[in-house]
Amino acid sequence: MDIASLLIQVLNGVQYGLLLFLVASGLTLVFGVMGIINLAHGSFYMIGAYMAFTLSSLTGNLFLAIALGIVLSIVLGIALEWAFFARLYRRDHLEQVLLTYGLILVFEELRSLVAGNDVHGVAMPQALSGSISLTSVLSYPVYRLFMSGVCLALAGGLYLLIHRSRIGMMIRAGASNREMVQSLGIDIQLVYRVVFGVGVALAAFAGMIAAPVSSVYPGMGTQVLIICFVVVVIGGIGSVWGALAASLLVGLVDTFGRVLLPNAAGLSVYVVMAVVLLWRPEGLFRRAA
Amino acid sequence: MKKSPLHARRILGALVPIAALCLLVPASARAAGPKLKVGFMLPYTGTYAALGNAITNGFKLGVAERGGKLGGREVEYFTVDDESDPAKATENASKLIKRDQVDVLVGTVHSGVALAMAKVARDTNTLLIVPNAGAGDLTGPLCAPNIFRTSFTNWQSGYAMGKVAIEQKKKTAVTFTWKYAAGEEFVSGFQEAFEAGGGKVVKQLWVPFPQVEFQSYVTEMAALKPDLVYAFFAGGGAVKFVKDYAAAGLKTTIPLYGPGFLTEGTLEAQGESAQGLLTTLHYADGLDNAKDKAFRAAYEKAYKAEADVYAMQGYDAAQLLGAGLEAVKGDTAKRAQLVAAMEAAHIDSPRGAMTLSKAHNPVNDIYLRRVEGKRNKVIGVAVKALADPARGCKL
Amino acid sequence: MSRGRLLHLFAIAALAAFPLAGGPFYVELVGKVMILAIFAMSLDLLVGTTGLVSFGHAAYYGIGAYALALLAPRYDAANLWATLPRSILAAALAALVVGALVVRVKGVYFIMVTLAFAQMAYFVFHDTDLGGGSDGLSMSFRPVAQLGPFAVFDVSNPRHVYWFILAAMVAVAAFIRIMLRSPLGRALEGIRSNEHRMRSLGFSVPRYKLASFTIAGGLAGLAGYLLAMQGGFVNPELISWHQSGNALVMVILGGRGRAHAGIVGAFVFVALQELFQSLTTHWQLPFGAAIILLVMLLPGGVLGGVARLEAALAARAARRRGAAGLVEEGGHE
Repeated sequence: MDIASLLIQVLNGVQYGLLLFLVASGLTLVFGVMGIINLAHGSFYMIGAYMAFTLSSLTGNLFLAIALGIVLSIVLGIALEWAFFARLYRRDHLEQVLLTYGLILVFEELRSLVAGNDVHGVAMPQALSGSISLTSVLSYPVYRLFMSGVCLALAGGLYLLIHRSRIGMMIRAGASNREMVQSLGIDIQLVYRVVFGVGVALAAFAGMIAAPVSSVYPGMGTQVLIICFVVVVIGGIGSVWGALAASLLVGLVDTFGRVLLPNAAGLSVYVVMAVVLLWRPEGLFRRAA
Repeated sequence: MKKSPLHARRILGALVPIAALCLLVPASARAAGPKLKVGFMLPYTGTYAALGNAITNGFKLGVAERGGKLGGREVEYFTVDDESDPAKATENASKLIKRDQVDVLVGTVHSGVALAMAKVARDTNTLLIVPNAGAGDLTGPLCAPNIFRTSFTNWQSGYAMGKVAIEQKKKTAVTFTWKYAAGEEFVSGFQEAFEAGGGKVVKQLWVPFPQVEFQSYVTEMAALKPDLVYAFFAGGGAVKFVKDYAAAGLKTTIPLYGPGFLTEGTLEAQGESAQGLLTTLHYADGLDNAKDKAFRAAYEKAYKAEADVYAMQGYDAAQLLGAGLEAVKGDTAKRAQLVAAMEAAHIDSPRGAMTLSKAHNPVNDIYLRRVEGKRNKVIGVAVKALADPARGCKL
Repeated sequence: MSRGRLLHLFAIAALAAFPLAGGPFYVELVGKVMILAIFAMSLDLLVGTTGLVSFGHAAYYGIGAYALALLAPRYDAANLWATLPRSILAAALAALVVGALVVRVKGVYFIMVTLAFAQMAYFVFHDTDLGGGSDGLSMSFRPVAQLGPFAVFDVSNPRHVYWFILAAMVAVAAFIRIMLRSPLGRALEGIRSNEHRMRSLGFSVPRYKLASFTIAGGLAGLAGYLLAMQGGFVNPELISWHQSGNALVMVILGGRGRAHAGIVGAFVFVALQELFQSLTTHWQLPFGAAIILLVMLLPGGVLGGVARLEAALAARAARRRGAAGLVEEGGHE
């Protein structure tokens, strides 16, 4: 592989990793702060993608669809937390796993009822549909660069939220010691609701923004969920930094694994996970939000 | 006397299985009635749903053109959605064969599913007509008197394109497809003809089925700089790949070839990115034969949609079955005669003249097509009357 | 003979008599349910008895199935008595290796790690050329149950296969019952209720967990073998996390930790599936909702619900007896 192709593959891996980060960060926050293992998180990614599909067909404009979609997903997240997830705090892990497993089935079937089972494409906005020539044979789609830029910006925003804001301080405190936070008079319920809403919105946004380059299809939620589990475990539950580092690692391993080891493409990521777990069972970054 | 608390739990442990069983014991009588039971095992959901529907429509059109009867018998349809899932294939086939007790099984699209179906059909000696799946094994090592195909083998289309590539003086190629039976067979057919003519496949790229994330592969293809890329995808995957290929600028720098499925039923979604693509298939748009024109007109009228290769294959399945049943006057019990009649049939197919090989696979011309607008226009014949070598078949 | 034991015999007899009444499709289906029952019982050994929530148990199920498919020669029939123990051993060995690596991992990490290893097994069979890739492997011939000159039973006869599966299920249930009464079984239950106490009592907890993991893996392999034998076909979806998830649902449906939870869970699970499938093509909606409701309202499963019911009834009866007794005693005075 020549240097130019190597660099482009790195770019591919980073782009995939940044997208994963959006989804994984929500998962790890919910887990770290609320102690809930939520298998249905991948469904939010799918819901986002389908929202992008339906809303952009309705409005004719992807950006407008995304803006609407963000609002809708925050509302959805808060409603879900209030109606359902609030009851999961006292349950043990097996019950949480099974409850959210049932939720995946419900979401998938609702999606089937509302949007059918076909594979759909989402139109790319005209302004971003070009390609930049990188080598004599290869060009890179502008939209993918745009996606990476947006994900980076969001990562920065998330950092600011968690490390430089009041609610971020509460989130960090809640992640390390829930009971203490409550006894200090902070409304932990509100913190939970915000965290969950943000998590859902991030996952849905990832689905929306990726929709033009991935197709919108049944099962896309569970595919991304499993990979996000790997990311969260490698990075450390509750750690957003960990999620970022792990996402990039997974993105790169997956991208290079596909072309270097076609016979073990899917396997490579799990081998890395197993190695990390055996070396550091609690993830690379432990619990440091 | 105190009852042990374990008592009721034990009772339940015994009763639940019994109760569940009572729900399941049916009154199943073998009904050998006047109606011919045809079982469709096709994908009606997921990435191949459109194909399943097209095949079903084509078959039903064929039956309608025969007055709604095959061999003088009215047809009763049973359907199972196989979801293109090999994991559920045996169970789904069992549902049609053992539960619904169909006379004929028609299916399917996905080769992995079809292989499992064929196994069940062989075990139960059920008549099976394959209206799409191109797995060579079905008319190879798994061939059987009761298994027929009205579509193609993957090898046929791949081989034809390999010949075309040699004629166009290409020297190096990279192949790219899903890693499953069908993908492997397209590539091996292409490679056989290409390397026999002096070409070289420099690398085979594989992506796990049914993933559609192609970015890293497209980068790799560009790095290898071959004379051409031969790729097979179908349905949603075909749409995505052709678009990704064009978005990476490769469409103008490295020619893309593939079997017809790369551009079949996908041109609307692919738009500009597919224009000018060359593919090989046993069917095309713009064929100059009367049967095709009549077929397309009838299909359009009945279903308000354009006929495609899948519909045509379903239609030919009805034609083949009809020809066989006519010879035995609808008596499916006369299996040996039925099979002989089907083997000897000369089908006036919309694709042109079609006969069956000894292994029960179609022998027909393979056309070279080019995408022009929203059509795959025939521009020539890649190989005439190509028969699959049916390696491993003992018929 | 106690009432409980009589009822057990009756249930076994009913199951044994079923092939004489039911059609071939349903005989196959009930056979599959019994295979799932074995799979669920093996998982319950981990979840219910030892307290280890494994989200990757399907790996050993699949390995047992693939072992038969890979051991079977291409143009000949395999011998059942030769391949069965080897398949169980292969699954147990895999469980031993993975178990050794994960047994010291705690809580939710254990769930994730077991999932990760199952996914690895899934991709080994899905991506590499070891099996038939995503299409799976098909066996040209069913195994033959030949012991020397005796054909013990005819594997191509669906009824014989059914009875063999039934015998296996009964044997596994009996084996687990005996195991639970042994010192090993009691130690495992002790670990589930209080790990620290067991450790302070001098038990090597990781070693016991490993034993449980390995035995559960071997039993799951047995279930997988039977599946491959019955259907003649294996594919990577046997190892998917959906399969592991469904097994957990069966365990909790039955009532984790209780005797026969796996059997009850498997039957109720499939019955629910068949029920909803007959109602609508979108059956996963009521099915998912049923799982949610079940876990919310009846976390002890069917057997747990029954236990609660009869405890309530017994308490009511005791109260009535107590009141009557007081009146009597008062009278005697």
